[in-house]
Amino acid sequence: MTKLQPVLSANWNDKDSFTIDGYTRAGGYKASTKALSMQPDDVIQMIKDSGLRGRGGAGFPTGNKWGFIPQGDNKEHYLVVNADESEPGTCKDTPLLLANPHVLVEGIIIASYAIRANHAFIYLRGEIVHVYRRVQQAIEDAYKAGHLGKNIGGKGFDLELTLHAGAGAYICGEETALLDSLEGFRGQPRLRPPFPAIAGLYAKPTVVNNVESIASVPAIINNGIEWFQAMGTEKSKGFTLYSLSGHVKNPGQYEAPLGITLREILELAGGIREGHQLKFWTPGGSSTPMFTAEHLDIPLDYEGVSGAGSMLGTKALQIFDETTCVVRAALRWTEFYKHESCGKCTPCREGTWWLVQMLHDLEAGKGTEEDLTKLLDLCDNIAGRSFCALADGAVAPIISSIKHFRDEYLAHQRNGGCPFDPIASTIFASSKAGA
Amino acid sequence: MEFTTEQLAIMDKIIARYPRSRSAIMPLLHYVQALDGYVTPRGIEKIAEKLNLETAEVTAVSTFYTQYRTEPAGEYHVGVCINTLCAVMGGDEIYKSLTDHLGIENHETTKDGKVSLERIECNAACDYAPVVMVNWEFYDNQTPQSVKDLVDAARAGNPPAPTRGPNKLRTWKENSAVLAGLNDGLSHEGVQAGEATLRGLNIANKSKGAN
Repeated sequence: MTKLQPVLSANWNDKDSFTIDGYTRAGGYKASTKALSMQPDDVIQMIKDSGLRGRGGAGFPTGNKWGFIPQGDNKEHYLVVNADESEPGTCKDTPLLLANPHVLVEGIIIASYAIRANHAFIYLRGEIVHVYRRVQQAIEDAYKAGHLGKNIGGKGFDLELTLHAGAGAYICGEETALLDSLEGFRGQPRLRPPFPAIAGLYAKPTVVNNVESIASVPAIINNGIEWFQAMGTEKSKGFTLYSLSGHVKNPGQYEAPLGITLREILELAGGIREGHQLKFWTPGGSSTPMFTAEHLDIPLDYEGVSGAGSMLGTKALQIFDETTCVVRAALRWTEFYKHESCGKCTPCREGTWWLVQMLHDLEAGKGTEEDLTKLLDLCDNIAGRSFCALADGAVAPIISSIKHFRDEYLAHQRNGGCPFDPIASTIFASSKAGA
Repeated sequence: MEFTTEQLAIMDKIIARYPRSRSAIMPLLHYVQALDGYVTPRGIEKIAEKLNLETAEVTAVSTFYTQYRTEPAGEYHVGVCINTLCAVMGGDEIYKSLTDHLGIENHETTKDGKVSLERIECNAACDYAPVVMVNWEFYDNQTPQSVKDLVDAARAGNPPAPTRGPNKLRTWKENSAVLAGLNDGLSHEGVQAGEATLRGLNIANKSKGAN
C-alpha cells in the first residue's frame, strides 16, 4: 500500500479545482463557516493541539505563533502570508496556488479570525504571473460570495485581503525582510527582538505564515485533531508536500505523512533515471546541508532530518546523480546567495563574494588543499554573524559538499579543471548521444 | 509626457488597497513598467509625488528588486533558469545556445526590440526542469532547440502558449499590469495543474483503486 496521503493535493485533478465553484463543490468554505462559530481562542487552541508546524522551513508550531499575538491590546493585528517561494528547489506553493488558491483564502479567513486581524496580506512572488491571476480571481470571487469583506457569514467578522506582488528578491522570503518590503522599503531583515508578533507590519502585532501552513488549516478544522495526529511522527504531525526534482524518472509533487523516507518516495516515483545512481540530494532546498545515498532511510520529518545534520526546510528534494559535479553545484548555489544577499550585514555581503571567487578557482583546478581550509574558515566567519539566515544557508552547500566529497574538490586540481562532462547530466544527454 | 487622468485614477486605486500609502510603492512600480516598459524618471517622480516621498526614496526601492528595470525590456523577456538544478539539467546549454542564436548576452535586447534575455534564479518549478520564463510565464521542460524555436516564433509574432499559463502569451507590459493588480480576466485559462504536479496524486489514486 502506498504511503502517499493527498490532502492539499486531493482535488488538484478535479474539474475547475481553482474556481470558487470547484472548491465549494469539494467542500470548500465549510471550515471557515465552522471556525467563525467557534471562539477565536478555541481555534488557536485547536491548531496548537493539532501539532501543525510551519511548512516554510523553520518548523515553528503554527498555533503557538498565533498565540503570541497579544489580545485586548486595542491595536490592529495583521496576518501576512509568505507566498514568496524562492528557495532553490522549492516548488510546492506555486502548484498549490495554481490548482487551488481558495484553500489559502479559506485558511486566511480562519487564521485572521483566530488572531483577531481585520486585514490580511498575501506577499506573492512577482515572477509567476499566472499564479497572481489565479489568486487574485479567487480573492475577488471570495468577496463576491461573502467570504471576505464586512460581516462575513453574518458573524460580525470583517476581513480585508490584499494581494501584493514582490519583484524578484529572494531575501523577501525572510519574514522581517518581507515586512519591510510590504511597508514599501528595500527588503532587508530586521533585528529581532522585537518579533513580528509584538512589532510586525507597521509595528503592529503580526503573524507571518507560509502558504502551505495556512492551507493546511481548513482540513484540520474540518476533520479534527485526531485525524491530523494520526498522520506523521511523534513531533512532526500531519501531511506535507514533498517536491521531487532532478535526475529522477518521475519528478513532481508527492504529498505524504511527515516521516516518509527518500527511499520510499523514490520507489513510488520510479527511482533515479535509467542507468544512473544517486550521488547527492538536498532534503529541503539549497540552504539545507546536502545528503548522500547514506541518508536514504532518514525519516523526512523535522527531528529526523536535523538529527542527521541537515534541516527539513521546504521539503524540496533535489536529486543529483553521479554525472553531476558537486563543485559546480556548490559554486552555482553560492553565486545565487551572493546575488541575493541584501547587503545589510558585512559578513554576508562581502563574504559571499569571496566564497564565489574561491570556488571559481577551485572549479577551474587552480585551488589547493590549503584553499579548502581557508574556504571552510571563511564559512565559519560568515555563518551566524548576520541578522538573518541567508548567510547560514549560503555556507550550507559548501560545508556539506566538502564534508562528503572532499576528494572531488581536490580532483579538480589534479585534473587541471573539472573532470565532469556537463552534457552527461542534462536531460537531453541520451537523445544527444543517440543523434 | 503626462500620465492620463485615467492612469492617475488607477494609481489612486492601487494606493487605496493599503492601510498606509507607502506600501503601494511596489505595485505602483509594476504599473509604471506596464505603461512605460521600465521604471522611467517620470514614473519615479509621479510615485514620489503620490506617496509624499523623495524621488531618491522611490529609486532606492526600485533598484533593490531585480524585476524593476532601468531600461526597456523586449516585447518578449526571456529568462533562462541557471540555478543549480536547472543548470545541471540543461539550463546552461539552453542559455549558451540562446546567446549564440540571438547574438545577445545577459541583460541585453535584440536590435528589433523583440527579445531581451536574463539569467534567472530558481523560479519554483524544479519538477519541470529545465525551465524558461517568457514575460514571467512558465515554459516547462525545455531543450536548446525548443527555446530557439520559441524565440523565433515570438519574433515572428506568433509565440507558443505558456505550458502553465494563459492560452496566448501576453506582452511584458501587459503582464506587468497584472502584477500591479489589474485583473486581465485570464485566470481561467490554461491547465490547473501540469503533469508533474499530479504525479503523486495519480499514484495515490491508482493504488487506492487497486486496493
